[in-house]
Parts: sequence; C-alpha cells; structure tokens
Amino acid sequence: MPLESKFSEVAENRLYSLAYNKSIREHKLMASRCKKCGYLSIPPKPVCPKCHGSEIDVVEMKGGGKIAAYTVVAVGAPLMVEEGYGREKHYCCGVVELEEGVKVCARILGVDVSKPEQIKVGTPVKMDFVETFHAADPTHEEGERTFLAFTVLEKP
Amino acid sequence: MQKRRKLGRGVAVVGAGLSKFGAYPRGVRGQDIFVEAYKEMIASIDKGFDPEDIDALYLGNLSSDLFERQVHMGPAVANRIGIVPKPTIRFEDACAASGVAFREAVIAVSSGIYDVVLTGGVEKMTNLDTTHVTEVLAAAMDPDTEIAAGETFPGIYATIATAHMAKYGTTVEDFMRIGIKNHYNGSLNPHAHFDASITDLMKRKAAAALKKGLPEPSWADEMEFLHDPKQNPVIAWPMRLFDCSTVCDGASCVLVVAEDIAKNFTDRPIFVIGTGQASDHFLAEREELTSLRAARIAAGEAYAMAGVGPQDIRIAEVHDCFTIAELIGMEDLGFYKPGEAVRAVREGENRLDGKLPINTDGGLKAKGHPIGASGTGMIVEIFKQMREEAGPRQVKKKDVDLGLTHNVGAHGSTVVINIFERR
Ligand SMILES: [Zn+2]
Repeated sequence: MPLESKFSEVAENRLYSLAYNKSIREHKLMASRCKKCGYLSIPPKPVCPKCHGSEIDVVEMKGGGKIAAYTVVAVGAPLMVEEGYGREKHYCCGVVELEEGVKVCARILGVDVSKPEQIKVGTPVKMDFVETFHAADPTHEEGERTFLAFTVLEKP
Repeated sequence: MQKRRKLGRGVAVVGAGLSKFGAYPRGVRGQDIFVEAYKEMIASIDKGFDPEDIDALYLGNLSSDLFERQVHMGPAVANRIGIVPKPTIRFEDACAASGVAFREAVIAVSSGIYDVVLTGGVEKMTNLDTTHVTEVLAAAMDPDTEIAAGETFPGIYATIATAHMAKYGTTVEDFMRIGIKNHYNGSLNPHAHFDASITDLMKRKAAAALKKGLPEPSWADEMEFLHDPKQNPVIAWPMRLFDCSTVCDGASCVLVVAEDIAKNFTDRPIFVIGTGQASDHFLAEREELTSLRAARIAAGEAYAMAGVGPQDIRIAEVHDCFTIAELIGMEDLGFYKPGEAVRAVREGENRLDGKLPINTDGGLKAKGHPIGASGTGMIVEIFKQMREEAGPRQVKKKDVDLGLTHNVGAHGSTVVINIFERR
C-alpha cells in the first residue's frame, strides 16, 4: 500500500477527530466501545483508556441523559462571542451524563440563564444540535458548523 | 500500582525571587520581566553565587507564541541574563509549566547530571484583550468537545463548582470566603498584582463615589459587596470576578542545587523532599467531577517520596486559579476529607494566623496568575515563609518546617506537587 493513502486513512479513521466531527454534522453522537472491557469513551479513542485494548467498536449514543454539572457563561469564549453571546447574552454549557453511562461536555439549551442558581444537576435532557456560521480558524473552513447540545425536557 | 520513587541525591533551593506581578506596558518582553525575578533571586542568595555555576535553565511558559509571537523562549531568556551557551529547555504544561520545570530541575540535579539548575517561569499576557486571553487559555482544553461546547477556563471550573455544590452543599459564600482571605494576604504582599483587601476596595470605591459627588455606597460587609453584581459581576456562574485569578504579567525564579553544595550558597537552604506529577483526561471523561484525580495521584507520590502525610504539612500554596480550585485542592491534598474543606474555610483555619495557612502571598487570586510564572512563584513564597523573610505576611506560628506547593495545569489535566523541608 503506498504511504500516500495513509492521509485518507487517517482522515476517515472513525477513532480520530475528523470522523467524530463529521458524525456531529450528521447529528449523531458516537462513542468508542472497547471490545475487551466495554468501556465507553467520547470522543472515540483508538486505545481503551481503561485496559489499553485496541480492539474498538464505534457505537451511536441514543441521546438521553441528565445534567451532571453546568455553568452559565457571561464572559464568552471567542466562538460564542462570534455567535452573539457575551455579557449581554449569557449561555449555558456543562457536562451531561448519558443514559449509556458515559459523560460528554456540551451546550445546554432550554434553561433560564438569568437564574443560574435554579438550574438543577440531575435534570433530564435530550440530545440536540446547534448549527451556526463561523469564520475560518486553523482547523475549520469558513461556513456552517454543527455543535453538540442538549435541551432540557419539557416538564411532564 | 503506584511506584515508590526516591531522589537519587538530596536537592535544595538556595535562592528565590519574584518580579512585581501586574500589567507591564506593551513592548516589555517576557525575558525583560524574567530579569527582574532573576535579580531578586540573586539578591536572596546569602553567600552570593557565580552565574558560571549554572548548568542549565529550565523555564516554564504557557504560550509566549500566542501572547508575544515569540517562540524559543529559553535562549531568549538565557541571552537576556547572560548565561548563553548554557542549555535551556522550555516546559509547557499549561498553568503547571513552571511547577513542572522545577520538578524536572529537581530530577536532573538528583540524577547527578547537573549540580545547579536555574528554574522559573514567565508569562507576558496583557498584550492581548480579554477575549483573546480567554481564547489562549481555553486552548488548553479539548477542541472537539469542551471548546465546541463554549467552555472557557473560568467556565470549566464553574462547571466543577456546580458539581461540588450539588454533591456537598457548598455555597457561593464559601467561594467568596476564599477570595476574601486571599485578597487580604495579597494586600500584604508588595509583589502582588492586587494591593487591596476586599475591605480596602470597599473603602476606595466609597471614597471614589463621594469624590465624584455621587451618593456614598454602603455595603454591610464584604459578603454584601461581593454579592453586588455591579462590583462583582458573574464571569461564569457561580464564579464571579473576585473568584477568578487575575490576568497579568510576571516572572519567578528559583535556584535548585545539589544538597552537598547547598551550604556554599547559604546556611539556610530549603530542602526538596518530595515531588509528584500526574495527568488526567478532559473533564467529562473523568469518573469524578468534584475532585482532580491527578492531584490525588501526584500528592500520593510526593508524600510517599517525602515520607510524610497531609497531617504533617504546616503551610501550603494551593492552586487557586479560581476559588473552587483552592477548595477542591485542599481536599485532594488530603488536608480535609471530600466535602469537608468548607468547614475550615468557614472557620478561617487557612488564614495567616490559622492552623494551616494557605496562599499566604495572596494566591493566584490576588498575587496574580501570569501562567508560566505561577508554579515557581508558589515555591518563592514557601521559601520566604520557611526562612521567615515574608515581611508583614509572615505567619506567626513557628512550626513551618514542612511546606507544600500544588500547581494545576488547565482543569487538572496536569498536576504537580512539591514538598519542602526546613531543617
Ligand atoms: Zn478496555
């Protein structure tokens, strides 16, 4: 096999960044699952963080979960400032624990950012995605980008 | 599983110095600020020293690349302090850069390869505006998940804080108490970025309002001032302005030598008896959100090497990039059980006159957090306190024979712990 074909092999490897972000664009959240010990990891890893196994499956998450930790940000990340967030328009993000047991960092929607103290750890959320336009940066071209988010479920 | 490591030979700190922390004008370079720390370090060496004796420079720095458009900081600093052609190495471990540089200097000297290593750190941050500083600091996180989520450096610690609040009932007032303590200590430290306690700030704000002919503001106490969103705006809830370390410029410098030659420099060396370091995953991939596992592992290694336990430590510098970081640091180091550090915070146990003084120099909160300089900056303070040279902030108790520095990189993806002994 010519070494040149390594480039596309790395780009398409489902355990590397590009494929993970491609799945996000397709509104899918993928995790790696170790064939030996079953350990789940997001983003996917080529080596199991638990047992060092390298026989890895890539599996799709169902999308249900609950808030494990959160913050409401006033001094925004440049990415969010580009989307119009900041001191006048706060946003929520944090860690969501999925029903599969693995956790992921994501945007959190459907909460009242003016009352951060009322947001509760443990609140059920459902997977969602945000699409926004962004300027180019060293790892992305200019254009529409998709971000993982979770929305608080309506009160039953 | 954990190996018990030991130093090949004894290692001591014989000199330590700090630049003034704060905002230097644009155009001042990191290497210029380092010279200030270096000069103070030389002045602290009782019997003097010959720069020719320096075997190598181990320098901590997060990102002169992004802050100053300068790479290859090691030789730039060596050039400025006149130690070319000595070898130089720059260490990048986010906010733990110089804590790690120091540990590597200790390892190098203990190996016998080097006898004298100049170590320290520097950061010139204030050339950039807040948004761009935020961007540089966030670059220490996972781009695919954390940065995509809109997390910032304050945001990620605020996220940890809400997990701690939910699990243990920690309150925003507990965080504020830590800020009040550190600001008070910083007000006694001439090198600190902030020269005012919260009470001083309240008085200044009131005086400024009167001068402008405005009604005099009145806050019942520091807590009420810190709850005032005008005075203490939210950065990333529950972290407010006075929960966050300051963005500033600064340098710190420490001379590490082999124990058997320490007396050539001073009759009062401070000995390095333990060191430990560990890494961790990004936040969401950790089993626990309310504790930094890397800190527990690094501390375990350092305690084992030193042959001491948390109960033996008499003074500590605990990485307070945010007030929540100091709180969980106190628990990770084993000073208090998980969820119980708030008791000490509420009772003032970690003040200058308390049982276990923490961040006597004002911490990163008030002294300032010029990232690359912070790790060895903590060591400078332990050195001064153990030699009873800390001036008005000198702790009164006389038993400060064992000290510890806890230096965290990013959100705990690196932690380095060093333990010091006065003999
Ligand atoms: Zn495994």
